[in-house]
Amino acid sequence: MSLTEADVLRMAHLARIEIEAREVAPMLGQLSNIMRLVEQMQAVDTDGVAPMAHAQDLSLRLREDRVTEQDQHAAFQAIAPQVEAGLYLVPKVIE
Amino acid sequence: MINSSLKELSAALAAKKISSRELTQAFLDRIAQLNPALNAFITVDAEKSLAQADAADKRLASGQGGPLTGIPVAQKDIFCAKGWRTTCGSKILSNFVAPYDAQVIERFDAAGVVNLGKTNMDEFAMGSSNETSHFGPVKNPWDRLAVPGGSSGGSAAAVAARLAPAATGTDTGGSIRQPAALTGICGIKPTYGVVSRYGMIAFASSLDQGGPMAKSAEDCALLLNAMAGFDTRDSTSLDRAPQDYTRDLQQPLKGLRIGLPKEYFAEGLAPDVARAVEAAIAEYKKLGAQTVEVSLPNTQLSIPVYYVLAPAEASSNLSRYDGVRYGYRAPEYTDLMDMYKKTRAQGFGAEVKRRILIGTYVLSAGYYDAYYLKAQKLRRLIAQDFTEAFRLCDVIMGPTAPTTAFNLGEKSDDPVAMYLSDIYTIAVNLAGLPGMSIPAGFGANGRPVGLQIIGNYFAEAKMLNVAHQYQLATDWHTRMPEGV
Repeated sequence: MSLTEADVLRMAHLARIEIEAREVAPMLGQLSNIMRLVEQMQAVDTDGVAPMAHAQDLSLRLREDRVTEQDQHAAFQAIAPQVEAGLYLVPKVIE
Repeated sequence: MINSSLKELSAALAAKKISSRELTQAFLDRIAQLNPALNAFITVDAEKSLAQADAADKRLASGQGGPLTGIPVAQKDIFCAKGWRTTCGSKILSNFVAPYDAQVIERFDAAGVVNLGKTNMDEFAMGSSNETSHFGPVKNPWDRLAVPGGSSGGSAAAVAARLAPAATGTDTGGSIRQPAALTGICGIKPTYGVVSRYGMIAFASSLDQGGPMAKSAEDCALLLNAMAGFDTRDSTSLDRAPQDYTRDLQQPLKGLRIGLPKEYFAEGLAPDVARAVEAAIAEYKKLGAQTVEVSLPNTQLSIPVYYVLAPAEASSNLSRYDGVRYGYRAPEYTDLMDMYKKTRAQGFGAEVKRRILIGTYVLSAGYYDAYYLKAQKLRRLIAQDFTEAFRLCDVIMGPTAPTTAFNLGEKSDDPVAMYLSDIYTIAVNLAGLPGMSIPAGFGANGRPVGLQIIGNYFAEAKMLNVAHQYQLATDWHTRMPEGV
């Protein structure tokens, strides 16, 4: 299956990365090369093979439902681009 | 002193022949002198390092020191260290001062290790040459026209040029082993889950693993003792009893069975690298080891599998960089969507964008089974190859990389060519196995060659033993580049 410029634009939108018109064609070329490499996978029959997510096939641990973190919002927000009254500021989304 | 082992430095500190402040200052001086040409460090903060050195000196004076107390170690700029700028080689984190410590940093602090500064790296650890860093490429100390490898290229160059006694790295597809090989130093990627990923900025979470980079296997063992350990804050950390990775260093190698994968000595391996690796294996035979041919038939598939899984996980992990809570935000935008898009377009470099887009594609509706699930199935076949091979041998050996260090700019315009240079290292991450690289001589162009040693799960102490015995019999690991 080959990628198209529309795919590149759709992925860039989903990934929230602005892409300029002049960047689309070279990006398509590069991503197509990578996908050609990836397509080598399809030559192998994997019917009946269980997918592997972790080498030790661990299941996720559960922990007791109690507070383990201290409130450090002032320290964390000190490095934010824009904060007011303990809130992160972003452009208005509701008129 | 710049060539001293960690054990020697530790003894000198304990005997008060040198203070941690003096030792730290000596390396800071070397950094000031040599780093402008090598670009191995992104952030150096002498005041912070020296304050830690003073604390270590107090601790040593009170008799409370451990084996690494007072020793300066350079930290890959992927490990969050409280109060230190932590960039991960990216513009998007170029102003990020970490508000907390990675578990690795906490453990080093507890051991009294001095943070010598943050080393350069490929952006978000995505690269094999250190050329994708927002802070510019690192030069290979052996030949400044050459790359140091990546992504832990700054750490590798820092140790090779003796700007630091040791350093940390992380390895998702070879990012400790390949730069170690290309700069003539040692590095070990432990079994997945041995070193906590907490506070280690995520690239591909099912593959990322931290580990030490140093001049010798013995130094790596001492560092791994400090780095390894269970951590409830990393959901994939393994709850195992603490171990002493130096415990087997002195074991003789008589009867050691070395597996040589035929796929690692096939087409694509440069003749000069093959010669150096074969000479190292001949040395192992002299030490009493025997060799057996093994097969890892799915080796070629490891690259396509990796370039599905790693970008998929990266696209998810890197979605957190949105310009809202920390890091870079675009200076101008019209609305929230525009702010996200401009922030990420300006904040990420070309390779990171490529991988985010590939990852987004393979995870997008309708493609999950064909790519991500398929890759996870193949991942099991790749892991099974190793299980089969380890029925016949104790460790697997081969080249770490198919060539010696390539030139700066040689592969930077061809992502796929760059990816193919990780052919011998990626499968180890996919299988979750431990792997290391040790210096094994030089190629035709005078650039270092690395010997890769792959062990079974949790065989780190054995691998370090195998590496250490070779280093007792040879001196490649003591060589250092001229002019540094």
